[in-house]
Amino acid sequence: MSIRQLATLSPRPRKSSMAQQPETRISTTTPRLDVAHLAKSYGSGEKAHKVIEDLTFTVDAGEIVCIVGPSGVGKTTLLKCLAGLHPASSGRASIDGRAISGPPAEMALVFQDYNRSLMPWLTVRKNLILPLRHLRLPASELKERCDSALAAVGLSHAGNQYPWQLSGGMQQRVAIARALAYRPEILIMDEPFASVDAQTRFDLEDLCLKIRRDFNMTILVVTHDIDEAVYLADRVVVLGSRPARVLKVVDVDLPVPREQITTRSLPEFARQRTEVLSLIKRPA
Amino acid sequence: MMNVKMRNWLIGAGTPVLLLTAWWLSSENSTDPFFPPLRTILVRFQELWLFEHFQSDVLVSLGNLFLGFAIAAAAGVGIGCATALVPTVRWMVDPLIHFLRGIPPVALVPIFISLIGFGTEMRVASIALAALFPTMIATVDGIRSVSNDLMDVARVYRLSRRERLLNVLLPAATPQIFSGLQVSLQVAFIVMIASEMLGSSQGIGAMTLLAQQSFMTADMWAGILLLGVIGFLVNVLFGLLKHRVLSWYIGSRRMARAA
Ligand SMILES: Nc1ncnc2c1ncn2[C@@H]1O[C@H](COP(=O)(O)OP(=O)(O)OP(=O)(O)O)[C@@H](O)[C@H]1O
Ligand SMILES: [Mg+2]
Repeated sequence: MSIRQLATLSPRPRKSSMAQQPETRISTTTPRLDVAHLAKSYGSGEKAHKVIEDLTFTVDAGEIVCIVGPSGVGKTTLLKCLAGLHPASSGRASIDGRAISGPPAEMALVFQDYNRSLMPWLTVRKNLILPLRHLRLPASELKERCDSALAAVGLSHAGNQYPWQLSGGMQQRVAIARALAYRPEILIMDEPFASVDAQTRFDLEDLCLKIRRDFNMTILVVTHDIDEAVYLADRVVVLGSRPARVLKVVDVDLPVPREQITTRSLPEFARQRTEVLSLIKRPA
Repeated sequence: MMNVKMRNWLIGAGTPVLLLTAWWLSSENSTDPFFPPLRTILVRFQELWLFEHFQSDVLVSLGNLFLGFAIAAAAGVGIGCATALVPTVRWMVDPLIHFLRGIPPVALVPIFISLIGFGTEMRVASIALAALFPTMIATVDGIRSVSNDLMDVARVYRLSRRERLLNVLLPAATPQIFSGLQVSLQVAFIVMIASEMLGSSQGIGAMTLLAQQSFMTADMWAGILLLGVIGFLVNVLFGLLKHRVLSWYIGSRRMARAA
């Protein structure tokens, strides 16, 4: 990795342990997720529709990064590139230095259109099991994974129901539970808490913080809720349109562990959310 | 709620009873050789089909029907999947499908009847061939219309090709496949009867035509009645199967309408 690239990839002086380490040490750590000059257009030739022009940011192992940006800017497109569903038009996205060319084994994605991402012919439990079948786990572990994932999203009682029997917010939680049961190392979520009530939303945010702590999971979340982004993230990537580009990567320096009431009432919290908000509000 | 259901059920069961009664009463003193009294027809029905010719003819007909339909269903779904998923097969089969799509399946029946030779194998083969296309076309359409979102899920969670086919594409396409199977069943039934009427001495169709040709109209009517009853029962059975397999689809549709 060249020095020039390094400068663009890690612009943040992290307050944590990294800051104390000598320069040489940083150059040996590859970021878990590395997006470098990524561009993506739909279609080709004359009719090509350029959605993302030049995106660069990184996500370190065990980090929670939130992406905020206006609707239609290309957030879902970006996530689909990261998940290996769409090839990048140019630039690259890589995991641990390996370019992503297809869906990576260590990654799970919670889709924005949760109601169209669940199999309507399978019960909730079977929806959770479907991605696990080829892992050939013993039955006891399958059961354990399903039980704990359903319990984590508060749906233990709904295992034998069909997704279409559940409310929108419950379906979204099923989609999250499916990703949790898969036990990915990298979890990517596209507006995952958009249609749940406020209380459940807080619970799911805290669940997000908990699984990062417990499993050292790397988590990337797209959200349109700025408070949520600041509360959850170690860093917030603010996207501007169009075509999509990184306006700024905001480091969130809030104390851990975070707690819904105390963290949100810190003056620092208000300052950070104002910073993000003014970036988004600013005319492009 | 329950009362409406009961009422509908009564109407459903009552109407045929009413019609049969009307037939019975109006034909009671009939001397028209072509429209014998229903009483006579039912007597012949009982004498012929319960159970003198049951084994020799009814079972033969049903056997051909089910064998032919089963072959058509399996081959239709199989070829349909291959057509939807394998480019080479698609280039081969697509023109045929485009050609057949505009033609009502029953209109093809004469082709298959002309193919019918003598012997059970040929009869089963023509039933199977005629019934193949509706299922095949429905399968192709069903698989092609599976949403990209579901396929994205399948890819993200790295389902194998086999899992994608068996656990995503086929289940998602079952509503359309079943519509195709239903048409195939009707076609199979028609070709089954036709195949027996032409060049066979066994089966309900053959018996019925023989009766007609020897002016035993009561026997002819008894045969037609039996065909009607069998057609009805086969459809009921198919409906039960469909209801079972597609309960998720029926439920989700009902839910979507209620919302
Ligand atoms: N498969 C596709 N083919 C062509 N264009 C697409 C496709 N998917 C998305 N687009 C276009 O790309 C642009 C970005 O869409 P995308 O869904 O990535 O935005 P988003 O940031 O996720 O929006 P939202 O916040 O509303 O979810 C839109 O203009 C959209 O029309
Ligand atoms: Mg989106």
